[in-house]
Amino acid sequence: MQTYYSDLLVIGAGLSGERVACEAAQNGFKATCLSIVPARRSHSSAAQGGMQAALGNSAKGEGDTPDIHFIDTVKGSDWGCDQEVARLFADAAPIEMRRLAAWGVPWNRVVPGQSFYFKGGEKFEKYEKEENEGLITARSFGGTAKWRTCYTSDGTGHAVMCTMDNRCAQLGIDVFDKKEAISLIHDGDKCMGAVVRDLRNGELEVHLAKATAICTGGFGRIYKATTNAVICDGGGHILAHETGLVPIGNPESIQFHPTGIVPTDILVTEGCRGDGGTLLDVNEERFMHIYEPEKAELASRDVVSRRMTEHMRAGKGVKSPYGEHLWLDIRHLGDKHISTKLREVDEICHHFLGIDPRTQLIPVRPTQHYTMAGIRTDKDGAVYGLKGLYSAGEAACWDMHGFNRLGGNSLAETVVAGGIIGAKIVEFLKGYETTFDTRVINAEIKRQQERIHDVIHGRNGKLNVYDVRNEMQEALMKGCFVFRNKDGLEECVATLQGTIEKARKVGLVSDGVGCNHELAAALKIEGQVRLAMCIAQAALVRTESRGSHNREDFPARNDKEWLNRTLAYWPMGADMPDLKYEDTTPLFELPPGDRGYGGGKIIPADEKYVKDRTVKSPVTEIGKKK
Amino acid sequence: MGRQIKFEIFRYNPERKGDVPHMQEYILDEHPNMTLFIALNRLREEQDPSLIFDFCCRAGICGACAMVINGRPGLACQTKTKDLPGHIILHPLPVFKLVGDLSVDTGVWFREMYAKTESWVHTKKVFDPAKEEERMDNSVAEQIYELERCIECGCCISACGTARLRDDFMGAAALNRIARFVVDPRDERTDEQYFEVIGNDNGIFGCMGLLACEDVCPKGLPLQNQLGFLRRKMGITAMKQIFRKK
Repeated sequence: MQTYYSDLLVIGAGLSGERVACEAAQNGFKATCLSIVPARRSHSSAAQGGMQAALGNSAKGEGDTPDIHFIDTVKGSDWGCDQEVARLFADAAPIEMRRLAAWGVPWNRVVPGQSFYFKGGEKFEKYEKEENEGLITARSFGGTAKWRTCYTSDGTGHAVMCTMDNRCAQLGIDVFDKKEAISLIHDGDKCMGAVVRDLRNGELEVHLAKATAICTGGFGRIYKATTNAVICDGGGHILAHETGLVPIGNPESIQFHPTGIVPTDILVTEGCRGDGGTLLDVNEERFMHIYEPEKAELASRDVVSRRMTEHMRAGKGVKSPYGEHLWLDIRHLGDKHISTKLREVDEICHHFLGIDPRTQLIPVRPTQHYTMAGIRTDKDGAVYGLKGLYSAGEAACWDMHGFNRLGGNSLAETVVAGGIIGAKIVEFLKGYETTFDTRVINAEIKRQQERIHDVIHGRNGKLNVYDVRNEMQEALMKGCFVFRNKDGLEECVATLQGTIEKARKVGLVSDGVGCNHELAAALKIEGQVRLAMCIAQAALVRTESRGSHNREDFPARNDKEWLNRTLAYWPMGADMPDLKYEDTTPLFELPPGDRGYGGGKIIPADEKYVKDRTVKSPVTEIGKKK
Repeated sequence: MGRQIKFEIFRYNPERKGDVPHMQEYILDEHPNMTLFIALNRLREEQDPSLIFDFCCRAGICGACAMVINGRPGLACQTKTKDLPGHIILHPLPVFKLVGDLSVDTGVWFREMYAKTESWVHTKKVFDPAKEEERMDNSVAEQIYELERCIECGCCISACGTARLRDDFMGAAALNRIARFVVDPRDERTDEQYFEVIGNDNGIFGCMGLLACEDVCPKGLPLQNQLGFLRRKMGITAMKQIFRKK
């Protein structure tokens, strides 16, 4: 068996993984990245819209500062985020965008003079200043006070991914593709690396490292309807969670994107609405401004998704063979805008719907999109429970998103968090030596070999992995989607209790030889059902509505009882998650208040609790003015 | 009720002892809006879990699912079955190493290409986090992005006559990559330096001009224009070098 050694093993080679690896390599450490697919195919590359950073170069971004970005992020999170982390993020984002420009990202730039833009279907004009010509420009996105989203046409993720991967090549980082980590090697105290399955030939290998970082993105694929790539299946979360030592932070906070196309759930970017696209109902009339007079289509994703669902429930949805949907209208933006700034959208409409968005409406509905839930880390990116284990990007609950993420903040998080956490890993590596215990390593290899052998030979049972997966996906769609309530969640948990039993009795139909997908699916199905169960159980227990977590039976945001973060542990051999809670944030720069959109009552937190934790900050003043 | 589609799929798993390359048939009911992504996943989940193929984004933006569809390289995810006849024949991309069935190893090929073309911005400037970003004309930024839209699916390489004949031909994807850095003002490489990499039969002068690369590119990249652009530029560079030697 091949054994590889490095200072830092990064599992996942998307934007956050490669950014973390770059930081280590730049500081003289040997970094290795593993990826299921070639790095540039990572789901990061699918992000169309952009990255938020308060550069304030564009006319509509004038006067923007990290303070305002911070406020938007905290409000967007519905006060569910860690404010120390949101602060680190907002301050570092502009520097990181400039760094990416230096590394090669072709950001769109300020073009001086008059230009037009749309808001809520109406045309407005703006003037870009002569003196800002050639600086990084920005576009509008949901939930933000200023235009702050840096972009490259509508292929931001792709362009940044290319640059980051180039940087890895330049730094000589080993990026191995078609490799899937199937378990962590640890002694209950520290992490030593991972057992990895080569997806070319099915063989196992061992990757040892002083530090390991899990940067594997989200786990949307445990839902049936998701915008996520097929590789976003929770593999990285399962590695950490199944140790029994590492909690999943806020599993109940799952984001639904307002504009997944029907029926394939492919995402069309929020840039459509940012650039002036409107949502229409069955009568082809706008409705978002009725619910949200101020922000209309530009309210945050959780609000738009909820309003859309409400509107469809009110009988205003469009009936189709695939269920009800609404329309996204970008016809008025014109050919030039659609064929340049929204070209990916144009292509998606053409290839997957066979329609022309210049003249036709796009069928859309809310679809699972982002997991604010993730491997819980501290503000340095260090994972709770195991020394030497880190996580960054969507895989992590670093927690700058809280209960709802703003558009443009996740793509920015990948590189900003990657940089910050990468630097913390470098600090760790500089002061850390370790020994690798061959007994622990060999025991783990043996465990994995037996697990694979048992699944291939049907030793535990002969249930079909794809049937079990379907049952899990449907349970979540039914009981744990945009709106949640006690009965639905209880039923979901009960169903999943049966599903987890079945997941343990999966056996292969095929022979499992070589690059076998059925085996890969079988090895992670139990872990996936565990994640699903954490979502449902945490959602059932959290008797309030906050951000993307909407309880119909508890519509108020209850700061009095629920200003906290769920930590879902799964003790070895247990059948249910063990839920613990911690304070949402150690301090408030921005004390809990109203978001200014979305409606809903707030049950205030204990005054003394908030006062004791509130620190003096420039944002308290800006926050009051707003 | 839709059609019944007959799939004929190339099968070979190099890891299975005694396996030989062969074609295998499957029958599937067609549904409205069915793409090859939906069809192949249904085949694997309902009929034959041993089937090997790649998908990732399933939305035409990552390039993972390129294969030869009825004789023509293309992305399976954005191919609708209703645009094809009722008999669909699927092969893996040629040129790339076969992983199994319809899956090929594009990752290693492209990684070697990055190394050959030194696919990064070459500059002596050191990033200063305290300074404002360097300015760039928006039209230049858009021009760079135009060339950076390549998704590395490998279609252009497997449709290329020269690449099929010669392992060492760089192909349209690599030449397009060089073009991306040539137009980027941040890259300080000179034409002479680019000439070292592509000014030969493995590079710009090996192209037979069959135009298939551009025909099959799922992103519609202007690959032939770039080839022409680079060939003129490199031709001039070659002439200059000859005169300089005298």
